[in-house]
Amino acid sequence: MEPLLEVDQLRVRFRTKGPVKALLEKDEDPFIDGVMGVSFTIHPGQTFGLVGESGSGKTTLARAVMGLVPVQSGAIRFNGKNLIGLKRGQLKPFRRNIALMFQDPAGSLSPRLKIRSILAEPFRIHNMMPDNLPDEIARLLKMVNLSPAMGDLYPHQLSGGQARRVGVARALALSPKLIIADEPTAGLDVSVQGEILNLMARLQDELGVSFLIITHNLAVVRHVSDVAAIMYLGRFLEQGPTQAVFHHMQHPYTQALLSAHASPDPDAVHHRIAITGEIPSLFSRPKGCEFHTRCPRVKDICREQFPKVADRGKAHQYYCHFPLSESVQ
Amino acid sequence: MTQPVLDIRNLCVDYHTPKGTVQALRHIHLQVPPAKVVGLVGESGCGKSTLISAVIRLMAENAHVAAGKIRFMGLDLQGFSASELRGIRGRDISMVFQDPMTALNPVLTIGRQMVDIQYRDGLSRKKKRERAARMLERVGISDAMSRLDNYPHQFSGGMRQRITIAMALLVQPKLLIADEPTTALDATLEVQIIRLLKDLQTDFQCAILFISHHLNVIAELCDYVGVMYAGELVEKGTVRDIFHRPGHPYTRSLLECDPSVIEAPTRFLPTIPGDIPSLIDLPSGCIFQDRCAKVMPVCRKTPPPAVHLGEHHTAACHFLEE
Repeated sequence: MEPLLEVDQLRVRFRTKGPVKALLEKDEDPFIDGVMGVSFTIHPGQTFGLVGESGSGKTTLARAVMGLVPVQSGAIRFNGKNLIGLKRGQLKPFRRNIALMFQDPAGSLSPRLKIRSILAEPFRIHNMMPDNLPDEIARLLKMVNLSPAMGDLYPHQLSGGQARRVGVARALALSPKLIIADEPTAGLDVSVQGEILNLMARLQDELGVSFLIITHNLAVVRHVSDVAAIMYLGRFLEQGPTQAVFHHMQHPYTQALLSAHASPDPDAVHHRIAITGEIPSLFSRPKGCEFHTRCPRVKDICREQFPKVADRGKAHQYYCHFPLSESVQ
Repeated sequence: MTQPVLDIRNLCVDYHTPKGTVQALRHIHLQVPPAKVVGLVGESGCGKSTLISAVIRLMAENAHVAAGKIRFMGLDLQGFSASELRGIRGRDISMVFQDPMTALNPVLTIGRQMVDIQYRDGLSRKKKRERAARMLERVGISDAMSRLDNYPHQFSGGMRQRITIAMALLVQPKLLIADEPTTALDATLEVQIIRLLKDLQTDFQCAILFISHHLNVIAELCDYVGVMYAGELVEKGTVRDIFHRPGHPYTRSLLECDPSVIEAPTRFLPTIPGDIPSLIDLPSGCIFQDRCAKVMPVCRKTPPPAVHLGEHHTAACHFLEE
C-alpha cells in the first residue's frame, strides 16, 4: 500500500541569534535543532502515536509537516509528492488534506465568532463553499455528536469536551486525509477523554482518515495507535508497531517513561526505573546519545557517540548502544 | 480519636449569579487527620477548588457559605476576622498551586521571595537566606545558595514546582493544601514530585489536603480519599476502600474509564455518558441519576442516604448495604 505521509530525515533548526550578533560573539553555530533527522511513514487509515515529554520537539515536528515552520533538510512526501520547497499557492491543495487539531481547544476557537462561523471558515479560506452551508455545518456537528443548535453558541458557552469536539468538526470540514491531533486529551477529565478518543476512532472507521496523535499520555497511545514513536530532544529514540514498542521495548527511555506512570492500585509495588532530572535544554544538547544524562545504563561510549539505528524487524527501530535485550554488567 | 487538623461539617457554598443561585457545594463532611494525606478527586466543575477556597476563605465575590462549619485545629474559622485569618494563612495553612509559573513572582529572585515569606519570623536576613537555601536543597535543587539569586524563568517547570513546595513548607505549616500540583508536569516529573511530597510529609509530619483529577496520583500518595461529583462528596474512605472496594457507581465508572487500567488494547474506551447536571436547578433525588447505569425510580425521588461500608468508608447510594 502506498504510504499517505512519508517523512524522511526531517530536520528543523531555529536561529538563536542574528547573523551580526553571532559574528560578534564568534558563535559559529547560532542554531538549535528542534527536530534532528526524523523518518517515519503513515499509511492510509493508520494512527501514528507520537510520545515525548514537553520540549522533545513533538509539536515542532507536527508544525513542520503542516508547513508552518521552515524545514532545514529532509523530505516530507504526501501521497508521493514532496512538499518541501513548494510555494504557498502550491502548498494550498495539500493543506486541504492535512488538518490540525490544536492543543488548546478553547484557545483555538475565536471567541468572537459563533460556532457556525468557525466551522464555515475552512470552506471560505479554501474557496470550497458547499451549495448549502447550513446543512453542511449541521452535518459536521452531528458527526461529532453535537446538536445543530450549538451552531448559534459562542466558544465560551461550551464545556471543554464540547470545544474539543468543535475542534474535531473543524478539522473534518474539508474531508482531509490526515488529521494531526496535538494533545487531543490534555486537560480533559477521564470520562470525557474516552469520548473524544472513541469519536476519533469511529470517524476513522467511517471516513478512513489517518491520525497523527501527539501526546505525553502513554496509556492513550497504547490503546489508539497502530504505530508509536518515542521522541526525545528532537529524535525518535524508538519507533515501531505499538505492540512491539510497548511489549518488547529496547530503549531505556521507553522503559523509564512506561514505569513513570502512577498506578491506580495503592498496593502496587513499583519497579520504577530511576530516571532523574529533567529533559536537557536544546541550547545545551548533550554530546553523544542525548539521553545519557538521565540514563541508568550509561557507559562511556554513550557520552561520545550517538548510536546507530538498530532494527528488530517489522519496522521496530531504536537507537541505543546497550538495548534492554542485552544484559549490561 | 485525635482531633483532626481540618474538620469540615455540612459545608454548603453558593454562588450568586444573574441566572440564579449555583449550589456549588452541598453538605460536605470531610476530616483531615494530623500527619495524613487526604486526597480529593473529581472532574472539572465538581467543586474541589470551591472547597479549598472556602477553607482559606479566598472565595470569589459572589460566593458565600450558606451553611456548615470549618474547624482548623479545633478553632472555628468562620468566626475569624479577615486579619485573624491572615495570621493562619501562610503560617499554619500553606498552599501549593497548580501552575508554578503564575504562583511565583516573575520579577523577583527566588531568594527574595523565599525570604519574604518568612516575614513573621524574627530572624536576620542572613539566617532567613540560609534557611531558604537549606529548604531548596531539601527539595532537590543543587547549588542552592547561588540559585537563590535566580529568577523563576531560569528554572525548568519541575524545578519551579519544587520551589513552590519548598516555600510552602518553609513556614512549617500544620496543613498543606496542594491544588493539582502535578497537572502541569510530564509523567516522569510527576512521579518525582509525588515521591518528594511523600518524603517531605514523613519528615515534616504535616497534614496534606491533595486535590487532583488524576486517580493514579491519588492512589500513590494518599491515605484517605474523597470522591466529589457535582458539588457533593459521594464517597469517602481509606485509599484501599476507594480503589479496591469502590461503592458508589460514580467512583466505579471513574476507575473503569482510566485507560491505564485496561490491559488489552482496545480501540473504544469506556466513558461516563451524559453531562454534569445544572447546579442552579438541581434534580430531586440522587445527583448522579442521569449518568448512572443502575438508576431506579427511587433514585429520581429521594436523595440517597450515606451508607457506612466500613470504619472510614461511606458512600451515598440507594443500592448499597452496610
